[in-house]
Amino acid sequence: MEFTFDLNTIWFILIGILLAGYAILDGFDLGVGALHLLFKKDEERRIAINAIGPVWDGNEVWLVTGGGALFAAFPDVYATVFSGFYTAFMLLLFVLIFRAVALEFRSKQEAKWWRQMWDVLFSVASIVIALLMGVALGNIVTGVPVGADKEFAGSFLGLITPYTVLVGITTVALFMMHGSIYLVMKTEGEIQQKARGWVNNTIIFFVICFVSTTMATLVYFPHMTQHFKDTPFLFILALLNMLAIANIPREIHHKKEFKAFLSSCASIAALLALFAAGIFPNIVISTINPDYSLTIYNAASSQKTLSTMLTIAIIGMPFVIGYTITIYWIFRGKVKLDKMSY
Amino acid sequence: MDTEILARIQFAFTVAFHYIYPPLSIGLGILLVMMEGMYIKTKNPLYEQMTKFWVKVFALTFAIGVATGIVMEFEFGTNWATYSRFVGDVFGSALAAEGIFAFFLESGFLALLVFGWDKVKPRTHFISTIIVSLGSMFSAVWIVVANSWQQTPAGYHIVREGLSARAEITDFWAMVFNPSSVDRLLHVLSGAWLAGAFLVISVSAFYILKNRHLDFAKSSLRIAMLLALFASLFQLFTGHQSAIGVNENQPAKLAAMEAHFDSSAVGDLHLFGWVDEKNKEVKLGVSIPGLLSYLVYGDAAKPIAGLNSFPKNETPPVNIVFQSYHIMVAIGFFLIGISVLGVFLWWRSKLFNHRWLLRVFVFSVLGPQIANQLGWITAEVGRQPWIVYGLLKTSDALSKVVTAGQIMFSLILFAVIYLFLFILFIYLLNEKIKHGPEEPETIVSEYEKQKFIFEK
Ligand code: HDD
Ligand code: HEM
Ligand code: HEM
Repeated sequence: MEFTFDLNTIWFILIGILLAGYAILDGFDLGVGALHLLFKKDEERRIAINAIGPVWDGNEVWLVTGGGALFAAFPDVYATVFSGFYTAFMLLLFVLIFRAVALEFRSKQEAKWWRQMWDVLFSVASIVIALLMGVALGNIVTGVPVGADKEFAGSFLGLITPYTVLVGITTVALFMMHGSIYLVMKTEGEIQQKARGWVNNTIIFFVICFVSTTMATLVYFPHMTQHFKDTPFLFILALLNMLAIANIPREIHHKKEFKAFLSSCASIAALLALFAAGIFPNIVISTINPDYSLTIYNAASSQKTLSTMLTIAIIGMPFVIGYTITIYWIFRGKVKLDKMSY
Repeated sequence: MDTEILARIQFAFTVAFHYIYPPLSIGLGILLVMMEGMYIKTKNPLYEQMTKFWVKVFALTFAIGVATGIVMEFEFGTNWATYSRFVGDVFGSALAAEGIFAFFLESGFLALLVFGWDKVKPRTHFISTIIVSLGSMFSAVWIVVANSWQQTPAGYHIVREGLSARAEITDFWAMVFNPSSVDRLLHVLSGAWLAGAFLVISVSAFYILKNRHLDFAKSSLRIAMLLALFASLFQLFTGHQSAIGVNENQPAKLAAMEAHFDSSAVGDLHLFGWVDEKNKEVKLGVSIPGLLSYLVYGDAAKPIAGLNSFPKNETPPVNIVFQSYHIMVAIGFFLIGISVLGVFLWWRSKLFNHRWLLRVFVFSVLGPQIANQLGWITAEVGRQPWIVYGLLKTSDALSKVVTAGQIMFSLILFAVIYLFLFILFIYLLNEKIKHGPEEPETIVSEYEKQKFIFEK
């Protein structure tokens, strides 16, 4: 399909940006969660939790808003995917609930068993969330059975294939890497030493997963590369992605943690951009018949709504970005525990 | 059980559980602004002690509000996919606006409110408290607008036909200011203020009865009393406005609220009663003849549309709507009563002399909670069988591909998890109350601290 820069395309990109914002921001706190049980002492765990304490809730709002925007801009996608992936979404909801309350409840009692229980829930929930997100992304690549009536015609187990699980694990690895870099940035002393070690291991873990996923995609899902053949300049994205990842160990080595973190953010953004470029202009590819796929045109709201929402986004987003940066700025520097801490 | 019933039970259960927490957050938010405002003005550490204590309670209600709220946003897609396709164009924009204008604001500044005491100056901290409070009210704005649109649709047209029909916006502002949104928003907000005010009143009265933290408790109680007086009166006013609106836009709902069957008769106002839906009469009740007509039209002799004038399959279940509506109103008058009495005794400097009144205050926290739930039941059950009033029936709005078994499974899990959450919530709230506020001597005044934090 021809690329035209219309409202539908703008919303495809905007939702992509919201989801990338989510992956970058919640990504590091999910990563910190995934690594959480590797800390053994309560003091260390408290520091890790308080490193994400003030910001994790705001990070999750990117997901909430992304969901709202999807509902508004592409209601058919929202309806088909959410009802079709019913069981998967319920699982996701349960782990999201547990993760949110674990953070809040953990600190309220001193007892060892109490803290251990919430620590385990918090960490397992973080891993499962990342895994489910990755599996969902994997299904976007493989396509799912969508019928002529735009309804999902598959089953929950059908969503779990070796490929989608591989994407899931890659996502966990990515967030672990991202989270460990964040920890290096926010901590000092012994804890920072530990986190430094994890950065190296998680990078290796991630690169292995990433290379396997890429190979599998090239071999089994060549439709993802169609646009790259037509528009070679998209290869810049892939290149950027490689460079960003390669840059991380370098910056860590030079003790430039913030730059390492930015590199990690850039690699997440580039990865999602690669995905988006691969599926455009489809959002949900139908494996029954490509004509049944939900695209940015046949699944969209009216032009009137898309333009109203664009106005809302143009008014709202600069504020959101402005005060998000301000708040991160206020909480910059190494974590210190005090009376109000978790 | 079939998919429809299960999906409805699940939606009602999860949204009702969610709705325990937002009103507390909205109400406490306003009170935090009042308390911290006093602190900024007087620099009296008592107010600082108060603010810091209630911030902790606020953080707890907020966390559960967020965790349960995400469920609601997903559930439109999981359980009501056909509805989502139908309303997406209209409804989705309100939900997205809620995210952009409200949730980001709340959650961002919440960080400063809870963790920011040492990071910013007291004034900046106060500003973030105000923003969190405003943010929580903005989120009520957008969600109530969305809900009001499905009660009284406006500013749309229907495109396509049959199964693929959907509503599209023609006029955004007409959608936002649909006939019921303003009345209902004000009613919902003041219901939330009552929830916060009576939580504070209840905990403070408990301390006074136990002779603990007296200065703290008396002062908290007075501040909350002011809000309670205003909000309870405002609640009556906005509720009355809503009822007038319901008569105009959803006459079948009003008829069910008062169990008014006969269109040729004037409307009586029932104080209480039991509806016999078979014989179309109200039993065991007391009613004031003509008062409903008077309240709605200002004319006690004017007949009101009764349930018999609607097709049988377009009327809601009567008794549930009747009972929930009447209990809500009764609680409303009760809350007005104790607020007025409280303020009167305060004026005579006898507010803390009557132990029985303090005991009533301890239990009063349940009033607004129950009334809030019943209010939604009135509004939502009264809307049946329509999911979007006059346009789409609830039975047509389901997800086509979801099975009863799937919903049953998730419903059971929700029930277990929410029960667990609720027990923990009560337990932790109780711990906080038992622990009480930090004693003023152990708090370093924020103004003192500021000297060395911001010396450079
Ligand atoms: C924006 C939309 C919206 C909002 C703000 C609310 N609801 Fe609602 N409610 C619905 C949208 C909706 C719905 C999707 O339209 C449902 C599902 C099935 C139905 O008929 O309406 C519904 C059903 C529904 C039912 C079951 C009615 C029945 O099936 O007979 C109850 C008891 C409530 N809701 C209660 C609430 C409570 C306590 C709310 C406070 C937060 C609330 N609703 C807010
Ligand atoms: C069925 C309808 C509802 C949906 C879909 C819904 C959705 C949500 C979502 C997704 C969140 C989490 C946001 C975050 O992560 O910060 C949330 C929280 C919140 N909601 Fe709801 N909500 C509903 C009903 C209501 C109503 C009727 C009100 C107010 C009158 C309300 C007020 C709030 C507030 C104030 C919060 C912030 C958390 C808190 O204060 O506890 N919600 N809601
Ligand atoms: C004082 C007398 C009261 C009157 C006359 C009154 C009237 C009403 C009416 C007519 C409705 C239905 C509106 C609709 O369906 O569009 C309603 C709904 C509601 N009421 Fe009340 N009410 C009163 C007290 C209260 C109290 C004390 C609370 C809670 C503290 C409360 C909370 C609610 C809520 C949450 C709703 C649902 C939202 C809405 O539809 O506006 N009400 N009320």
